[in-house]
Amino acid sequence: MNRDSSRPEAAGRRASPGSVRRDFQPWNDPAAKPLVEFRNVTKRFGAVVAVDRLSLSIHAREFFALLGPSGCGKTTLMRLLAGFEQPDEGEILLDGIDITAVPPHRRPVNMMFQSYALFPHMSVGDNIAYGLKREGLPKVEIAARVDAMLGRVRLKGMEKRRPDQLSGGQRQRVALARALVKQPKLLLLDEPLGALDKKLREETQYELMDLQADLGLTFMVVTHDQDEAMTMADRMAVMDHGRLLQIAPPDLIYEAPASRFVAEFVGDINLIAGKVTAIEGDLVTLESQTLGVIELDEDAPTCRPGDALTVGLRPEKIALSHDEPAQAINKVAGEIWDIGYLGDMTMVQVMVGGDDGKLFKVSLTNRTRRIERPFAWEDKVWLSWDVEAGMVLAS
Amino acid sequence: MRRFGAFHLAALVAGFAFLYLPIVALVAYSFNASRLVTVWGGFSTHWYGALLSNQPLLDAAWLTIRVALVSATLATVLGTLAALALARYRIFTGRTLFSGMVMAPLVMPEVITGLSLLLLFVAGDVERGYWTVVIAHATFSLGFACIVVQARLAGFDRSLEEAARDLGATPAETFRTVTLPLIWPAVAAAWMLAFTLSLDDLVIASFTTGPGATTLPMRLYSAIRLGVTPEINAACTIMIAAVAVAVIGASLLMKRDALAGR
Repeated sequence: MNRDSSRPEAAGRRASPGSVRRDFQPWNDPAAKPLVEFRNVTKRFGAVVAVDRLSLSIHAREFFALLGPSGCGKTTLMRLLAGFEQPDEGEILLDGIDITAVPPHRRPVNMMFQSYALFPHMSVGDNIAYGLKREGLPKVEIAARVDAMLGRVRLKGMEKRRPDQLSGGQRQRVALARALVKQPKLLLLDEPLGALDKKLREETQYELMDLQADLGLTFMVVTHDQDEAMTMADRMAVMDHGRLLQIAPPDLIYEAPASRFVAEFVGDINLIAGKVTAIEGDLVTLESQTLGVIELDEDAPTCRPGDALTVGLRPEKIALSHDEPAQAINKVAGEIWDIGYLGDMTMVQVMVGGDDGKLFKVSLTNRTRRIERPFAWEDKVWLSWDVEAGMVLAS
Repeated sequence: MRRFGAFHLAALVAGFAFLYLPIVALVAYSFNASRLVTVWGGFSTHWYGALLSNQPLLDAAWLTIRVALVSATLATVLGTLAALALARYRIFTGRTLFSGMVMAPLVMPEVITGLSLLLLFVAGDVERGYWTVVIAHATFSLGFACIVVQARLAGFDRSLEEAARDLGATPAETFRTVTLPLIWPAVAAAWMLAFTLSLDDLVIASFTTGPGATTLPMRLYSAIRLGVTPEINAACTIMIAAVAVAVIGASLLMKRDALAGR
C-alpha cells in the first residue's frame, strides 16, 4: 500500500491518475476486511425500487466512485450510508459493525453535499467548527483543528467571512473542510465538482486526490460525470435501476465492460451485431450483416458457433485510411459523413454498408499541427482494427 | 418616471382620506383642550395626563397587554410547530385536512369563533376570565402565525438540517443551532402579528371573558356608550401607535427575511 510515494506533492508532476496506484488493490485480497459493506440492501419509495438487493464492499483508503444516470439510485445509496434513509431490507456494515439503525449524528461518516449546505448564518470558521463543537471538544483543540484545516484547503484569513461572500470554489472548499475536520472513517461526496466551471473542476479533482491520499481517508464520490469518476477513482461502480452493473478500476470498466449498458454509458462505442461462425482457441469468427466476416480475440470465449452476439468497438481503436489496408484482418469500406474537429482530436463519422448502413465513430488524435487535414467529407475510406480491439458484450 | 395626472392624484388623495381621515380626526381631537369632542378648544396634552389617573382604563390596558403577550407567544409556538409539520412532511394522512383546519380561523367570522369558544368553555365548566381570553386569542391568531412561518419554510434548504445531523447534531441541536436561527425573523414577525391581533380584538374577547377581566377595547367600547371623550381619543391614539409599531416591525422583519432568503 505504498501509495503516498506514488503521489508526488509537486503539482506539475502529478502524472498518474488514481487508477494507476500499482500496489493498491485490497479488493483482490480475499483476506482484506472491507470498511463498508452493503449486504442485500433494498430501498423502496412507494412502488419505486431505488436500491435493489445491492451488495457492495468498499475498502479503507479507497477512492470509490459511483457512476450512473440520474435516477439510478446512486444518491439513495449515499443517503443510506449517511443515515438519512433506512433500508427496507438488508444491512449496512461499517468496520464490521451493523450501522443500519444508527442515526446520522452518531455515524462516523461525513458527507459533502451537492449544494454544499453551508450554514448561511455562520462564518467560515464557525461552519468548520460546527461538527467539532457537537463532539464537545475543548475550545483550544477545536481552534487548532479548524486552523489546520483552513490551511489545508487554502482558506487562511477567510474564517471571518460569511458563505455568501465567497466564490463557488471557496464555498466548495469550506464544505470539504467542514466534513474533513471531523476525521470521518468515510467521506461521502455528492457531485462534489458539479457546481464548478470546467477549469476549476479539473484542478479540484487533483486536489481531492492529493487530500485523500495524504490524509489516508476513504472517499466515496457519487457523480454522473464519467471523466470525473475515471480521473479520481481507484475503483468505480456503474449503477442503473438500483443495481450495480460492474465494479472495477476505471481502465477495466472502459476496456472490458461487463455489459452493453456499461459499454455505452462509459465512453463512446460502436456496436456490431453478428453471429458466431467458428471458434479456434481464443479466436472467434463472426458473420455480420453490414461488415461481413470479422474476427476477434477473446480470452477463453464462452460463446458457441451459432450464437448471436454484440461486439463493441471503441472509436479510438479503429484506424482510418484511403487505401485498402492489405495486412488487416478486420477491414471494411465506407464513406465519411461527418467530421467533428475538437482540437486535440477529430471525431469522424463513417457510413458503412451504403446509405442505409451503419454509422461508425472513429476518433483520430491530432498529433501534428498540420492544418490541412487528410480526410474530408464524402471521402471513400477504409476502417480497420486489430483482433484484440473488439469486445463481446453481454446484453 | 411618469408624472401623476390630476385624476390619479385625486384618486390617491381620496383613497388615503377614506382610509385615514377618521384616524387623523381621532388623533387630532385627542390633543383637544376642550371637553366637547366636536369643538376645538386649543392644543393640550391634558387628556393623556388624565388617562394616568383613570384606574379602570389602566387596569384594562395592563390586562390587554398581558393577554396579548401570552396569547401571541402561545400562538407563535403552536403556529411554528404546525408550519414545520406542514412544510416537512409533504405526505401524511390528513395533511390537507390539517392544513385547512389551521387556516380556517382566518376566514371564520369572529362572532362564530367567539360563540363556539364560549360554548366550549361553558360546556367544560371553565371559569371565564383572563385565561379563557388568552386561549381564545391564541386559537384565532395561530393560523396567522402559521402562514407567516410557512412562507419562510417554503424556501428553506433542507440539506442544511441534514448537514447539521451529519456533523453530529441531535435533532434538538439541529433545530436550536440551524433551523431556528434561520427562520427567527419569520417567527418574530408572526409573534408581532399575533400580538397586534390580540391587542385590538373586541368581539372574541367579549364572548370569552368573564367578570373582572375587561380588556381595553371592551372598556373603550362601553365607555363610548356614555359619550366619546377626548380621554378615549387619547387612549385610542396610544393603541394606534402600539399597533403601528408592531405592524411596521413585523413587515420590516419579513422584508429583511425575504432579502436574506435570496
